[in-house]
Amino acid sequence: MITTNNLSKKYSGTQVLSIESLEIPKGQSFGLVGNNGAGKTTYFSLLLDLIEPTTGHIINNEIQVNKSEDWKPFTSAFIDESFLIGYLTAEEYFYFIGELRDQNKADIDKLVGQFEDFFHGEILGQKKYLRDLSKGNQKKVGIVAALIGNPEVIILDEPFANLDPTTQIRLKRIIKDLAEKQRTTVLISSHDLMHVTDVCERIVVLEKGKVVKDLKTSEATLKELETHFAETSVE
Amino acid sequence: MMVKHFINLEWKSAFRAPNLGKSIGVKIFMGFLGLWLLLTFLGAGMILYPGLKKIFPDKDPLLLVNSFLFYWVLGDLIFRFFFQKLPVMSVKPLLVLPIKRSKVVNYVLRKSSLSFFNFLPLFLIIPFGVTLITKDYPVNSVLVWMLALAIITQINNFLNYIIESFSSKADLSFLPLVALSGILFGLNHFNIISFGEIISDGVNAIYKSPIFIIAPILILIIIYLVNFKILRKKLFLDGTLKNKAEAVNTSDLEWTKNFGEVGPFMRLDIKLIWRNKRTKSTVWIMVLGLLYGLFIYTNPGMSGKTPFYIFVGVFSTGIFLMNFGQFVPAWDSSYYKLLMSQNIKYEKYLKSKFTLMTFSVIILFVLGIPYVYFGWKVLFAHFAAAIYNIGVNTHVILWGGSYNRKKINLDQKAAFNYQGTGAVQWLIGIPLLLLPMGIFTGFYFLTGFEASCLIIMVMGVLGVVFHQKIMLFITGKYLDSKYKMIDAFDQDN
Repeated sequence: MITTNNLSKKYSGTQVLSIESLEIPKGQSFGLVGNNGAGKTTYFSLLLDLIEPTTGHIINNEIQVNKSEDWKPFTSAFIDESFLIGYLTAEEYFYFIGELRDQNKADIDKLVGQFEDFFHGEILGQKKYLRDLSKGNQKKVGIVAALIGNPEVIILDEPFANLDPTTQIRLKRIIKDLAEKQRTTVLISSHDLMHVTDVCERIVVLEKGKVVKDLKTSEATLKELETHFAETSVE
Repeated sequence: MMVKHFINLEWKSAFRAPNLGKSIGVKIFMGFLGLWLLLTFLGAGMILYPGLKKIFPDKDPLLLVNSFLFYWVLGDLIFRFFFQKLPVMSVKPLLVLPIKRSKVVNYVLRKSSLSFFNFLPLFLIIPFGVTLITKDYPVNSVLVWMLALAIITQINNFLNYIIESFSSKADLSFLPLVALSGILFGLNHFNIISFGEIISDGVNAIYKSPIFIIAPILILIIIYLVNFKILRKKLFLDGTLKNKAEAVNTSDLEWTKNFGEVGPFMRLDIKLIWRNKRTKSTVWIMVLGLLYGLFIYTNPGMSGKTPFYIFVGVFSTGIFLMNFGQFVPAWDSSYYKLLMSQNIKYEKYLKSKFTLMTFSVIILFVLGIPYVYFGWKVLFAHFAAAIYNIGVNTHVILWGGSYNRKKINLDQKAAFNYQGTGAVQWLIGIPLLLLPMGIFTGFYFLTGFEASCLIIMVMGVLGVVFHQKIMLFITGKYLDSKYKMIDAFDQDN
């Protein structure tokens, strides 16, 4: 589904990302872990064509993302708050995204209705603009909006951060379902090794922009990751 | 000691800003402007005495100047309100550090008293005072007089911040000030309460017996303390953290459904305009622009000067276009990444902005039809200008937007908040207004009124005819600078 070739990104001479090749098959739940500055967000931004690759390219379902815009209809993402429109209410925001993805109001209502317990009664019907919601609630809105329109690829940057424990558990369920039942390719990044091993079939560890580990999740994975990060020296 | 740290912090924030290059450009420009103002004031200060002596030979220039002080105070206040902003410091990180709040407040206030706006009047006052001394006025008295005026400048400085802190919450932030100064001016003008005399008598008294200098000093201290209190209160975090969740007014805006694919963006834009302070002020400015013609056409000197008809026409039908259009796509800067990764074609996004601006021109033209009172020529010229706006100016301003690199923080209040304004944006205002006026004037002398109006119209129609082609070109421009825009809109400064 997603093929990365010779990808690198340099900022004024400093290499922040360099991935020779990385293949993510359709329907995989893919986890990206790494310390701060490892290049996780950079990789996601390149996937969404928000920054320009220095070399190489990413091919998303046979479309080279920095050449054509045709990957947009089947790809969705929530990276940070800049994916929210502060002066809309949650419902209006969902409808807006829905319209961009050719979904009518009924479709949206149906989809959003499934997430009522995820929202915990704090999002819908609140008569509040998104900018007035708490960080955690904003995140919930962003994540659910990324599910609108049955995308084949969903990219979530740090989805567990800022969420309360109950919501984290519910979110894990949602992500698992997406990959297992709907064959959606889900890419997430996280600092929380436990969550990531719970949710992802495959985990890639980035370090200073390079892939240092590529693991198929098993019983031993969490242990292995913990050992790896405990030993990684921080400069 | 602390002050040294504060200055150090500000220095770093200024020179480590992401858009340093551009802001230096603007600063140099402002520097020249300031220099020019200083020189003007200096010149005025030097010729003030001989000038007044010449016009009013039998009056004492000093008394004359004193009698005008009221207007100066009033004008100075209005001028400051629009152009002087309280020095800002990001205080949040400082609050948890062991620094006394009063130190921060005092620093900010004292820094403001060193503002350019406080030095400017001195360039008038000092040369005038020196002239007085050379004309054998008592040296001591003149010195005290100069001091009194310097203190009044400082009073104005701090008074301005009080006014600003009260009006900053309002949508129409400049209304209270305009109302207040209007009332003061009115009371004075109709001799109900003659503030002019009060101030002039006061300053005269200080001139005669310097001991009265105590009065303005006391006022200054009181105003400083009031400011101190207001600012100190703001320094508590809950002031900024407080959730002022406004009442939400949802509406479906069903009628925009008629615009098909462009509809969702139109709805978004209308909500954008109506729900954010910054954008809402463009609506109010629109009203001012619409009425602008009244200032021109009621002026007898203007009647028959047809090039101004075109100018007013372009301005009053295009005021929204210029105000809104010049910040495309920066209005959407805070969620630009979303738009860029969503299932959106750039072309439709721009088309929606174009449609919105076109509608504003049509509506403003219709609302301006009563200008026919000043003659059919006025209406005809406005009509030509409206077509020109739709065909030419909308495209030009969208094209200019592709050079936009400055984020706009929608929550900030602001008529006259120039955040998000780059040098390019001001440059674009010139061709929008002056070009059609120039073309018109050129042809006016060759062919006459009707023909030159027609030429303006034809230019507009050509723009409409080639709309698709032009939009394709503009879309290309936006695509070219996509990464640069995303990066720039990501920066907070």
